[in-house]
Amino acid sequence: MSSPASASSSAQPPAFSRLWDSAGMLLVFALLFVGCSIFVENFFSAANLRGLALSVSTIGMIACTMMFCLAAGDFDLSVGSVVAFAGVLGATVMNATGSVALGVAAALGSGALVGLVNGVLVARVGINALITTLASMQIVRGLGFIASDGRAVGIRTDSFFAFGNSALFGVPTPVWLTVGCFAVFGVLLNLTIFGRNALAIGGNKEAAHLAGVPVTRIKVVIFTLQGLVAAFAGLVLAARMTSGQPNTSQGLELEVISACVLGGVSLSGGVARIGAVVAGVLIMGLVQNAMNLLNIPPFYQYVARGLILLGAVMLDRFKRRA
Amino acid sequence: MSASSSASLEFVALAKDFPGVRALDGVSFAVRGGGVHALMGENGAGKSTLLKILSGAYRPSAGSVRLDGVERVFGSTAEAIAAGVAVIYQELHLVPEMTVAENLLIGRYPRRGPFLDRAALHAEAARLLALVGEDIAPDTRLGRLSLAQRQMVEIAKALGRGARVVAFDEPTSSLSSKETARLFAIIRDLKARGHAILYVTHRMDEVYEICDAATVLRDGCHVVTHDSLASVTRDELVKSMVGRELTNVYNYRPRLQRPEGLEVAGIAGPGLRAPVSFSVKRGEVLGFFGLVGAGRSELMRLVCGAVEPTAGEVKIHGEHLAFSSPRAAIRAGLVFCPEDRKKEGIVAIRSVAENINLSARRSRLRAGLFLDFTWEKRNAREKISSLRVRTASAEMLIGTLSGGNQQKAILARWLSENVRVIVLDEPTRGIDIGAKSEIYALIHELAETGVAVVIVSSELPEVLGISDRVIVMREGLVAAEFPREAATPEAVLHAALPSGSSVPAAAA
Repeated sequence: MSSPASASSSAQPPAFSRLWDSAGMLLVFALLFVGCSIFVENFFSAANLRGLALSVSTIGMIACTMMFCLAAGDFDLSVGSVVAFAGVLGATVMNATGSVALGVAAALGSGALVGLVNGVLVARVGINALITTLASMQIVRGLGFIASDGRAVGIRTDSFFAFGNSALFGVPTPVWLTVGCFAVFGVLLNLTIFGRNALAIGGNKEAAHLAGVPVTRIKVVIFTLQGLVAAFAGLVLAARMTSGQPNTSQGLELEVISACVLGGVSLSGGVARIGAVVAGVLIMGLVQNAMNLLNIPPFYQYVARGLILLGAVMLDRFKRRA
Repeated sequence: MSASSSASLEFVALAKDFPGVRALDGVSFAVRGGGVHALMGENGAGKSTLLKILSGAYRPSAGSVRLDGVERVFGSTAEAIAAGVAVIYQELHLVPEMTVAENLLIGRYPRRGPFLDRAALHAEAARLLALVGEDIAPDTRLGRLSLAQRQMVEIAKALGRGARVVAFDEPTSSLSSKETARLFAIIRDLKARGHAILYVTHRMDEVYEICDAATVLRDGCHVVTHDSLASVTRDELVKSMVGRELTNVYNYRPRLQRPEGLEVAGIAGPGLRAPVSFSVKRGEVLGFFGLVGAGRSELMRLVCGAVEPTAGEVKIHGEHLAFSSPRAAIRAGLVFCPEDRKKEGIVAIRSVAENINLSARRSRLRAGLFLDFTWEKRNAREKISSLRVRTASAEMLIGTLSGGNQQKAILARWLSENVRVIVLDEPTRGIDIGAKSEIYALIHELAETGVAVVIVSSELPEVLGISDRVIVMREGLVAAEFPREAATPEAVLHAALPSGSSVPAAAA
């Protein structure tokens, strides 16, 4: 194994490149973090860091399943709408029945159903993922408005929003839940056949199919998980806000995809690393947070976020050329 | 030089290398203006590479094309077109959604100011259509034309661009005899006007009907050029196409024949003109030969569940197999190694180890979900060393390997203990001779352990060299079957050539 290796060692990626592959974005995050801690006033404080973590919790959870979606060569634009719809539906059902369990079940069930429909349309019927999820994004957003009559639905069950604003060891519960999602989907990606099959499908669908990978089934499962996790994130958000809001999280899908791309996930599929996605999510949140602390007006923040995304992708491209 | 109307085309020591393969090796011959020159050879002889160099799609590794005495190396298809070269491929380069006129003048529409000059467009289109004797309204949508008419449009398009050298790539393969006659009339007309015409075909009848001269290529080398066909027999042409001695890179040894491994009965589906039945014994190597498009790959896709058959039955070791998917076939021990390695074999952006373990890992899971990394590493390492896959490490991206090593890695994917039948579609296409002989050795090893092997190949010596039995397919049908002893190159090639070109029995 080692003797023929020396002959073609030029083909082996250089050390820097390997380090970049495994930890590049985490490194960038660490540098940004240290930089902000030194130069941005009030950045390095428990309250601010707690707020930062909380602010990325929704994106973080959904980025886990979006990573799978992208890894398998698809994407899902409907997640923002599902977040809103799940919050509204959960709140409505809780208010109507007085049962938290029923509300949660209804919200998660509806999210999974949206995902299932997306998955079947994309994987079995063969409609392009952009079109399918563009349609479901609008349909589900509309259903959220219809269900709530366009108004926020206040949650009357104290135990539910108490949960959303609780903390463990000083860390807010939503943040723990996000960490839990990263752990579960990290294991799924790296240690299971499901993760490897998803990457193989994204890398070459036809080859995976002929190698006996159940392409359709795996895609349907990925979309269903995506809907389920988006609904879960929607419930957590509703608990934090003590209400289900039909117009929340518009444009969230693009932020989630941005975070994944920052995390080196290939839009054409086949490449994904959970650590880098975590870093991507954190970088998004950190930059936002620092800009707020520096009092940069929101209009400029949009421009900055776009530039950062472009910059990250170009950096990655140059690295691959080098 | 002298404003002579005759074009001339010459290939000078033309060579083309692909990674690990020399597709053309110093080919020189001349095509006279006012003549039709046949270009012949088996699949893989280098005809298409030569056409692609002529059309500017490939750059030659060495040598050049001499046009009217001037050396040219075309950097792009646009340069070749500008120099007056047109290559008419089997798949026509036309846009079905656009009108005939738009197709004819694509890329050089007449304009009036910033606007399209529709009147001029139609007038010019009508003029070009008249050149090929077609009476089609220029504003007809191209998609509504018959295949033969489209071919005429393609020829008219080439003439409109001032083509003086026209190359045809098996132009009659999908034409009726009446349409063929029309095409030949046009070709004779082009010839009379001094164009130099290169005509690629497998059909002997056509060579004698329309061509004045012929060149035969084999394995990328020039074999012979006949400036006149008057004294050349068909048999001589076939012999020069086959010509080569079967060397012992194949290492064939007779093996013990065991009970049936794969039985296929009356399978039917897309690409087959009639139901096909065949069987392979355990320990037997069955070769499928045919020209490109004979239906061999289509048949294998049906057998392996990649495409659902409309009828028929497949049994593996006597057990009935449901045709639901490749997955079901693999479970039953039937594995399929597809023809197009890049498109259907490798996952280029994943590692060699990932590609090797892609299928077999299913049987090694813990709790049905978790990967067994110890096994994965060991399996990849063992397969890499036993198949001598040359890679810096198991973690290299498979896309960075040479074709032969990619192919060995893909074969490694299928070598697990529960393989009962292996179907290899063009397993040695585009790989070097060293890797080839390693793959042949592997095929024999598999057969010796009792695997039923089916190999599809367009390389005649390969099929004859490694198979116990050969089935020849032609135009979606099984044309003939030969036991190893009876499978002479001439007999097999004759069976594979289209019916119009059968060689008189007296020749044998």
